[in-house]
Amino acid sequence: MKIELTPAQAEAQQSFRAFVDAEIMPHADEYDREERTPPEVIRRLAELGYLGATISEQYSGRGMDMVTFGLLCEELGRGSISLLSLLTVHGMVTQALTKWGSPAQREHWLPKLATGEVIGALGLTEPNIGSDAKSIESSAVLTGDSYLLNGRKKWISFGQVADLFLIIAQCEGKPSAFLVERKDPGFSSKPISGMLGFRSAMLAELHLDDCRIPSENLVARVGFGFSHVIGSALDYGRYCVGCGCVGLGQACLEASVSYVNKRKQFGSYLREHQLIQQMIANMITSIKAARLLNYSAGYLKDTGDPDTIMETSIAKYFASQMVNRVAQDAVQIHGAAGCSSEYPVQRYLRDAKIMEIIEGSTQIQQIIISTYGCMKLARKKRTKT
Amino acid sequence: MTTEVVKEKIRTFIQGYIQVPELKDDEDYFASRLVNSMFAMQLVLFVEKEFAVQVESEDLEISNFNSVNSISGLVARKNGVGHS
Ligand SMILES: Cc1cc2nc3c(=O)[nH]c(=O)nc-3n(C[C@H](O)[C@H](O)[C@H](O)COP(=O)(O)OP(=O)(O)OC[C@H]3O[C@@H](n4cnc5c(N)ncnc54)[C@H](O)[C@@H]3O)c2cc1C
Repeated sequence: MKIELTPAQAEAQQSFRAFVDAEIMPHADEYDREERTPPEVIRRLAELGYLGATISEQYSGRGMDMVTFGLLCEELGRGSISLLSLLTVHGMVTQALTKWGSPAQREHWLPKLATGEVIGALGLTEPNIGSDAKSIESSAVLTGDSYLLNGRKKWISFGQVADLFLIIAQCEGKPSAFLVERKDPGFSSKPISGMLGFRSAMLAELHLDDCRIPSENLVARVGFGFSHVIGSALDYGRYCVGCGCVGLGQACLEASVSYVNKRKQFGSYLREHQLIQQMIANMITSIKAARLLNYSAGYLKDTGDPDTIMETSIAKYFASQMVNRVAQDAVQIHGAAGCSSEYPVQRYLRDAKIMEIIEGSTQIQQIIISTYGCMKLARKKRTKT
Repeated sequence: MTTEVVKEKIRTFIQGYIQVPELKDDEDYFASRLVNSMFAMQLVLFVEKEFAVQVESEDLEISNFNSVNSISGLVARKNGVGHS
């Protein structure tokens, strides 16, 4: 066993870190306050090839391995979780198309998504349906050579700006996946503001009112939209979120270390108080543990191992809970300063909470992990006896 | 790889995910609701890695995945061996 980044991965990590330090960290609080991500920032991500990070070079992507991609998610998460969420939802669309798109869909969309000419977003959640995603109420009906879609999608990250949406709707009574363009007749979006976290992720509610799309915009087959198309997209999304949590935790740690080194109370620096040391030690240890879980999930993705699905769920579950404890401690360490807009840790705490809700909430991960674990252990016992 | 070896590998994999004492080769584990939603993608990854084939959109038929026999048939067709 060898747990070590390759020289190329370590080099990529350095360049991601330098980009985030120079171009994201100085502005992330401002974007959070303004509840927007300027288009030039999205263009910059596109220029650097980050929007096409895992798309194959054949389609003008960067063709990154998943461990390297995880490092990119970690670094972006350190700078701005809202910005990471662009990479997440855009990547979920590219992942779904790479795996399940028709050759024509791949040829047409992947190069545009890779270069950022087209921005993708994911429309799964609805006003009445969240965790029980298979039960979505939006509908798609085939009429001649087009589908007519009706329904509402809610809390859609980058729904205000995306050009292409992967929409899940019931077709013939079965969840199915469709590509819907912003310009399609019957499509409209309404911005959502005032969220707790992800404030610059430009959320929107999507309205599909007799929205007409060509029949070739069905992705995969009718009835496989949830199990397979969303199945692969969610696995990808969970990985981004898990890695992003590590980055967000790292940001909390770095802000806290800087603060305890400059703030004095009772005649000594905060870092010298043992109860502060306890919080810093717990941060360091739990961030490392979460990072290792993500490395493991990424490695299993690169080797095509089916265990990656559960490892990713475990990594996301652990990392998103971890970052909530870490962000709480970061604010605690900063005292009143941490509750103000003078320091980014209040943003970190608000964003951390979202990570426990998206891509399968903490409770949904608990159900998945425990069901799987009980089966595995029961089987081991059976084969022994 | 003989059909029997292929089936044994499939059986072993599936039994890691569902709680039945014995799995018959023609037993439809989707119909009996023995599996959760993540199992579908785990199965795709397993077939791709274990048998070095690419599962594509046109292979998405429940009848290609719902029993040991059906997966073994899919693998055989993907490898150009014809239906086993
Ligand atoms: C900032 C933000 C961005 C988002 N971006 C997107 C996006 O881009 N695209 C998209 O489609 N969706 C998006 N979402 C929606 C997100 O995926 C859902 O919020 C999530 O799936 C949970 O659904 P819900 O909010 O409806 O909660 P519900 O499903 O109503 O759950 C409410 C609570 O009950 C718990 N719960 C539910 N079922 C069970 C159970 N069986 N056992 C125990 N507890 C249970 C949940 O864990 C949660 O705590 C976003 C959400 C947020 C907050």
